[in-house]
Amino acid sequence: MLNNKGRPTQPAAVDSTDPQMETFTGNKGLELESPLIFEQGVPGRIGVDMAEPETVKSRLGGLDRKDPIGMPDLSEPQVLRHFVRLSRQNYAIDSGFYPLGSCTMKHNPRINEKVARLVGLGDLHPMQPTSTVQGALEIIDSLAHWLKTITGMPAVAMSPAAGAHGELCGVMAIRAAHEARGEARTRILVPESAHGTNPATAALCGYKVEAVPARKDGRMDLDAFAAKLGPDVAGVMLTNPNTCGLFETDVKKIADLVHEAGGYFYCDGANLNAILGRVRPGDLGVDAMHINLHKTFSTPHGGGGPGSGPVVLSDALAPFAPVPFVTRGKEGFDLVEQTEGAAQQSFGRMKGFHGQMGMFIRALAYMQSHGADGLRQIAEDAVLNANYVRVGLQDKLHSPFPGICMHEALFDDSTLKGTGVTTLDLAKAMIDEGYHPMTMYFPLVVHGAMLIEPTESESRQTLDLFIGAMSHLLEKAKAGEADDFLTAPHFAPRRRLDETGAARNPVLRWTAPENSDKEGTALSAAS
Amino acid sequence: MSYRYTEDHEWVLLEDDVATIGISDYAQGQLGDVVYVEVPEVGSDISKGDELAVVESVKAASEVYSPVSGEVIEVNEDLDGSPTLVNEAPLEGGWFAKVKVTDSTEIDDLMDEETYKSYVEGLDE
Amino acid sequence: MRYMPHTAEERQEMLVKIGVSSVDDLFADIPQEARLDGLLDLPLHESEMTVERNFRTLAAKNLSPYMTPCFLGAGAYQHHVPSVADHIIQRSEFLTSYTPYQPEISQGTLQALFEFQTQVAMITGMEVANASMYDGATSCAEAVLMACRVTRRKKAVVSGNLHPHYRDVTRTTLQFTEFETKNLPPVLEGNEDFDEHIGSDIACVVVQNPDFFGRVQDFTALADKCHEAGALLIVVVNEVVSLGAIIPPGDMGADIVAGEGQSIGVPLSFGGPYVGLLATRQKFVRQMPGRLCGQTVDQDGKRGFVLTLSTREQHIRREKATSNICTNAGLCSLTFTIHMSLLGETGFAKLAKLNHSQAVTLAEKLEAIDGIEIVNDTFFNEFTVRLSGDASSIVEKLAAKDILGGVPVSRLIPDNPDMSDLLLVAATETCSLSDMDQFVAALKEVL
Repeated sequence: MLNNKGRPTQPAAVDSTDPQMETFTGNKGLELESPLIFEQGVPGRIGVDMAEPETVKSRLGGLDRKDPIGMPDLSEPQVLRHFVRLSRQNYAIDSGFYPLGSCTMKHNPRINEKVARLVGLGDLHPMQPTSTVQGALEIIDSLAHWLKTITGMPAVAMSPAAGAHGELCGVMAIRAAHEARGEARTRILVPESAHGTNPATAALCGYKVEAVPARKDGRMDLDAFAAKLGPDVAGVMLTNPNTCGLFETDVKKIADLVHEAGGYFYCDGANLNAILGRVRPGDLGVDAMHINLHKTFSTPHGGGGPGSGPVVLSDALAPFAPVPFVTRGKEGFDLVEQTEGAAQQSFGRMKGFHGQMGMFIRALAYMQSHGADGLRQIAEDAVLNANYVRVGLQDKLHSPFPGICMHEALFDDSTLKGTGVTTLDLAKAMIDEGYHPMTMYFPLVVHGAMLIEPTESESRQTLDLFIGAMSHLLEKAKAGEADDFLTAPHFAPRRRLDETGAARNPVLRWTAPENSDKEGTALSAAS
Repeated sequence: MSYRYTEDHEWVLLEDDVATIGISDYAQGQLGDVVYVEVPEVGSDISKGDELAVVESVKAASEVYSPVSGEVIEVNEDLDGSPTLVNEAPLEGGWFAKVKVTDSTEIDDLMDEETYKSYVEGLDE
Repeated sequence: MRYMPHTAEERQEMLVKIGVSSVDDLFADIPQEARLDGLLDLPLHESEMTVERNFRTLAAKNLSPYMTPCFLGAGAYQHHVPSVADHIIQRSEFLTSYTPYQPEISQGTLQALFEFQTQVAMITGMEVANASMYDGATSCAEAVLMACRVTRRKKAVVSGNLHPHYRDVTRTTLQFTEFETKNLPPVLEGNEDFDEHIGSDIACVVVQNPDFFGRVQDFTALADKCHEAGALLIVVVNEVVSLGAIIPPGDMGADIVAGEGQSIGVPLSFGGPYVGLLATRQKFVRQMPGRLCGQTVDQDGKRGFVLTLSTREQHIRREKATSNICTNAGLCSLTFTIHMSLLGETGFAKLAKLNHSQAVTLAEKLEAIDGIEIVNDTFFNEFTVRLSGDASSIVEKLAAKDILGGVPVSRLIPDNPDMSDLLLVAATETCSLSDMDQFVAALKEVL
């Protein structure tokens, strides 16, 4: 017998409908929306079971909360689904190429996550007696050893919570050192191309910031720098490799000049990835440098943090390091937590407790996984990849500073002139091609800057496809097809957002609608 | 009584000893959509060249310098709710502050309308 | 090396394409005399299995608070973290994304931040909150800087009962600015008297609730006094669960709330990373430090979120920025938001009530021991006890019995002989009755 039961197995032979077709739910297949968590609750639900509180005589002194807070009640599966749906609206290094210059979006190994959560590490309380946390202190001491060895520096302050916090640590050490000598210096020199955190940090330390111009080759102008030096200069803050992706070839002269003038050399270590194992900042005359563990040593960026920014210090600055720090004695490891005794000259404390321990564990696991050989390979492959992209795109995009680059390739927007397409439009079109855009409009010294940092994690095949896609887009722009760029992105969870409206009338939180129909909002949220 | 301009694109309109200050149409065009204007405190003393206000777009903040010296006697409260006035009517509703000047000759060095117009044309080339 | 894809042949082919003969040519800009020829003096690479073993060995050298009775607090509190929270923050899309600079492909992070800001504003009783700071102590320092900008004044008065780390971080942060702090001495009995310190040159008064010793106080009258003098009141909260049970700072008249969010969703992790909370009134929003997420619409009119008011920040304002902060506490704010969503209105209030009842139960057990006196008249889930001997050595003796029996006050306030016998004791939902009984029995033995 013929059997034609069951489902059809071929698509119907009709023309496809409009891909922009609206749906009843607002979802589009795997593209799932989730309203704000506040719009989904039903009073009385709960997502955490816990014991019933014992009835006790209150010791709150009559200050019991009187008004409800207004938060929604939800079950565990609702909360899980909400945040899973949100997660799917994010681009991530795990899902695609993320060549965001200056940010070092590299692979984040999962062993790091695993060891940070071990019982006996992730659950340690910072105020346990030090006799009960010898393993934790050993990790801090061990990471300190790796950082000092990698940078060729004699000391490291571990507690700063992020790169900018590390800068603050370094510049405070500089100021404390000058003050200890009875010197009141007032100026800090910062190249034009620096990250915004550099001048902001110097200002927070009471220094007047003076910008040093760049030479035609993208390096700091040595003559202009020398001319600005004087007995009132506290130091220089220099990023090396710099934000144009170039090694400051005069770095040793810069160090010598600032030292001769009685100042100190702060190096912004944001781009340390490019030089791991190839050169030690300590051999270049650096006095202080922060290390972004969340860039170079892959502790995850997590949508903006947390970071960790230990600061290596020269012998001249080491005595002024902030507390706490780990010491090693006959009875094992100990913590110096007060600015007295061994820490008499310390400039103070930067953070609660002992630093970003969770990040220390991840960074140390990453370093052990790579070893001395792997760390050097990181720098070599990161620089190799950046130059491969640079050469691959050199016929399509203009380099303001031609020649070999370090870990990132910088282009300007001169190729786009007259096309009606801006750097921003190009970036949004890259989203449609499945890429996270490069860093744009930074450094400020280059017009319409595009800063591409591929990192060592990417394969040649990924880079070839990227070069192909960029070339395709640039040809399209030059062919006069600007409209596709101006309306991009077309395939993201949102089109371009009204940032002007957001800034003119800031809405920074959800507020309950007046006369809210709770059931109505809950219904529309059910999905 | 006519508008005078600085090279930094501020304008000033002097009526008796009171100078009204704002930014030019060219300047608002360069800044793009203005989202906020930080105006000075009424009663503060200001010298020629001091920071008078800060104009913010989404991606930039630009300082506005006072072309005159004197005491700030009035600020444009409307800008708080409608910063867009700076874009829509830079020479009228988009003014920033009124300063009671101490030296009315300070504006003599500034450009008149014609000179400023050709100055701006020169910038665009 | 498992993390790097290139084969030796590929590297060679790529070098050819670049037009150089060796990888050394790519590093030619480094001064000759500083180049490293060999490897650094560090071990070679290790397998994942070996790395895991290394850390398991190190973990085994520590006493885990999970495995033992723990009554530690002093600014960091042991709470249960729901497994959903830790699962979600390990999703690739949250874990391995950067700051949401491209809003079209970062709505997940942005919407979560908007929800975080809303939750923080709600529980503190304030109008707005930012997208997080490094931790509670740095948030406190930033709050003081912000108060100085708002009031255009230069002096901050700091309560002696503020957590000493918060006090030290604030002093350190301000030391090279034009602003200064006046730190008052700790007060164990009665209320601190701020009256003589509040004047027309004071930018703000900084207090903590519950304070460092665990006391819960009403700061409404103090807020009024500050406002009469044109100063702001900053209230620090470092046990954020308390806000489920007590009147929030906003209702007491606080102008800025600086808090530590660790208790909601963030593992103890030996002191960091945590999540700093900063909430204030809408009118001060342009003086706030740190990132802010705002609601807007896209080209099609769909609701969406963006980072906003960026002109306050260092990447635009440079030396004139409100703060040098760039990184926030991203994932920690996310786990906070998830845990708080799971709790909801009902669960947050219940968790707070449970913490208080646990602490009251423990206090009653301790009060019954000879030689122990509870110093506080009020408390939430942590209180101070006076022991009949040196608190540090008693804590060591308890640790020898695998009991983490509180934090000696002298570890944080070392130079005050009157405080050497004081112990901070916290009890949260994680303490069982049997934990408490073991603690009581051990204390009786070592006292």
